[in-house]
Amino acid sequence: MRVGLFIPCFIDQLYPEVGKAMVTVLRRLNITAEFPAEQTCCGQPAFNTGYWPEARELAQRYLKVFAGYDAIVCPSGSCTSMVRNNYPQLLGAATPVTANTFEFSEFLVKKLGVTDVGARFPAKVTYHDSCHSLRELRLKDEPRQLLRHVHGLELIEMDQAETCCGFGGTFSVKLPLVSFAMDEVKIESIQRTGAEYVISADSSCLMQIGGGLRRKKFPIKTISLAEVLAAQ
Amino acid sequence: MNTAQQFSHAAAAKAADLRHRAIIQKNISSYDSGVARGKDKFADWQNARSRVAAIKWDTINHLDRYLEEFERNVLANGGHVHWAEDAEQARQIVLTLARQHGVRKVVKAKSMTTEEIHLNPALEAAGIQPVETDLGEYICQLRGEPPYHIVTPVMHLSKADIGKLFHERFGTPPDAPAEELTMVARRQLRQDFLTADMGITGANFLIADTGMIALTTNEGNGRLSVSLPRIHVVIAGIEKLIPRLSDLGLFWPVLCTSGTGQALTSYSTLVGGPRRDGEPDGPAEFHVILLDNGRTKLLANPEMRDVLHCIRCGACLNTCPVYKTIGGHTYATTYQGPIGSVLTPRLRGAEEWSHLSFASSLCGSCTDVCPVRIDLHHHLLHNRRDAIAGKLDHPLQRLAFKLWLWVLQSPARYVCAGKLARLGMRLGLGNSFAKPWTATRDLPEPPRQSFRDWWRHQPSPMSTDSGPKTQDSGLPPHHP
Repeated sequence: MRVGLFIPCFIDQLYPEVGKAMVTVLRRLNITAEFPAEQTCCGQPAFNTGYWPEARELAQRYLKVFAGYDAIVCPSGSCTSMVRNNYPQLLGAATPVTANTFEFSEFLVKKLGVTDVGARFPAKVTYHDSCHSLRELRLKDEPRQLLRHVHGLELIEMDQAETCCGFGGTFSVKLPLVSFAMDEVKIESIQRTGAEYVISADSSCLMQIGGGLRRKKFPIKTISLAEVLAAQ
Repeated sequence: MNTAQQFSHAAAAKAADLRHRAIIQKNISSYDSGVARGKDKFADWQNARSRVAAIKWDTINHLDRYLEEFERNVLANGGHVHWAEDAEQARQIVLTLARQHGVRKVVKAKSMTTEEIHLNPALEAAGIQPVETDLGEYICQLRGEPPYHIVTPVMHLSKADIGKLFHERFGTPPDAPAEELTMVARRQLRQDFLTADMGITGANFLIADTGMIALTTNEGNGRLSVSLPRIHVVIAGIEKLIPRLSDLGLFWPVLCTSGTGQALTSYSTLVGGPRRDGEPDGPAEFHVILLDNGRTKLLANPEMRDVLHCIRCGACLNTCPVYKTIGGHTYATTYQGPIGSVLTPRLRGAEEWSHLSFASSLCGSCTDVCPVRIDLHHHLLHNRRDAIAGKLDHPLQRLAFKLWLWVLQSPARYVCAGKLARLGMRLGLGNSFAKPWTATRDLPEPPRQSFRDWWRHQPSPMSTDSGPKTQDSGLPPHHP
């Protein structure tokens, strides 16, 4: 199986640890992966803001860059959903490349059938379902199956796990106070769990939640699912 | 300020209103638990959704046929049917009927369609007194404000707020219990029912095969509005049709479960036309006004047509984190929340209303709860696409996305832009460039090295060229 790494632009630039953690876990599972350096951005910001011709150009670029891979793995539910669900609409049809792009937990559980990656993370955590993982890719149980096998980890579900954190891409700066109010509701729900860490499959959500937590000087830390699975 | 700017200001103000947030969270959380219990009563809720969506799909895709069948059956029952292309025509039909019959007072059952056509101000201007008889709508009328929510008009008020209003208007004790307030409204409204000349209602469903209308209320005000006055006028959008009376067996519980969590509301009323010989009550005349008001534009658009499935249950409002944050009045539209943000730019014009399509984090929760499976959040994307294609965006934003694309079409330009952005963040420029973000939230610490820089420095078997590689783990490659 030829595996390609799709590292979304803001993970590449702002959260490289997430990409590195995914590589660490794949290596542990003896998966050979390649990083096609021609990749840039999936085009989601343009697509979601209504600039479909611009997004289409980046979609076509993605198809060329990732042609020939059996599986393309991405540490973001949102960017995976852009490729798998929105590209067919932009391009008129699904292709092997769009169909073979997987979110990381999805790849591990559904494609490889792995739920124990030998991780160790002794902490109380809660899990934030990112909207696109949950409602576009229907990944509710996959990340939790992986977390249940992490040694020392105690998962405490929050009451509003499925509620949007308020990020929403350009929405977060177009209606910043609305976005932040949604963040506050999310943060209160996280706080009620008493968890030390909030985990998610999308770093954009964690940027929003973490940005609010740090501004409020709350001690709860954010961490990506990939980094938890890489920890030993 | 234009409509979009007014919206942004009102949304920001409401977002920071913690009292509003507390009331809405309390009211919606009791709705949520009721709905969860209600859905449990279905053997298969998801299947019920699929079934009603399929019936609605058939109805909307054969609307011409079902509308004519409905009209034939209303006429056969002794009623009248009027076709209104827009709000003005609908208002004129009502006013003409009122003049012909010397109407001075109208009792109204709750109807968002009459809100849509701004009927009450038109009646008042003609010297006719409209009285809202749904308790929530009655409170709205007393306060002189539009409904906050399509199903729960005063969701934004606490019991104390209503007690204060009744204290000022009717002299009830400020701390009067809810039952006492209800009885005060009831005594007042009973007089209005007895003295009104015309009853105006909407229709939860128009039933093609019998020419009947179905009304759903919790206070019995719907059937008092249709049975006591001399004339009953129904105003309904053309999409409210269902093909058969037997379809109600599923539509009624699906509507009520999604709307309030009830299996059925307290009063479920079927109206089959004017009073016939030998019947003890009912109006002498029965009129149905079928309203287009932009709906056929949706019908003509195959991509958007399923928006006409809507049965106005309000579930998408109740689940929407943006609605819960900014509240119903901020939309300044008849229909609020996700369905309002999808509909309003289509019905009332994208030039003035497309900002609503952008006021969403696209979380998709609305689509997940919609009982008739309208693809709501993807329709917001369609609205956005059409707004940009129609050049309704700011020229600077258009230019920014052109530049953005130019950068991302070349890995070299992208790498360079990424380095500059991270450098800028390290120098603290984020606070000036990303003020809307940094006013309330911290930015992440920018890393010195991007993922691709790190990858480039990995041992050579992991280099960035394409082609089959082994890796540096020292373990054999895995080939499932």
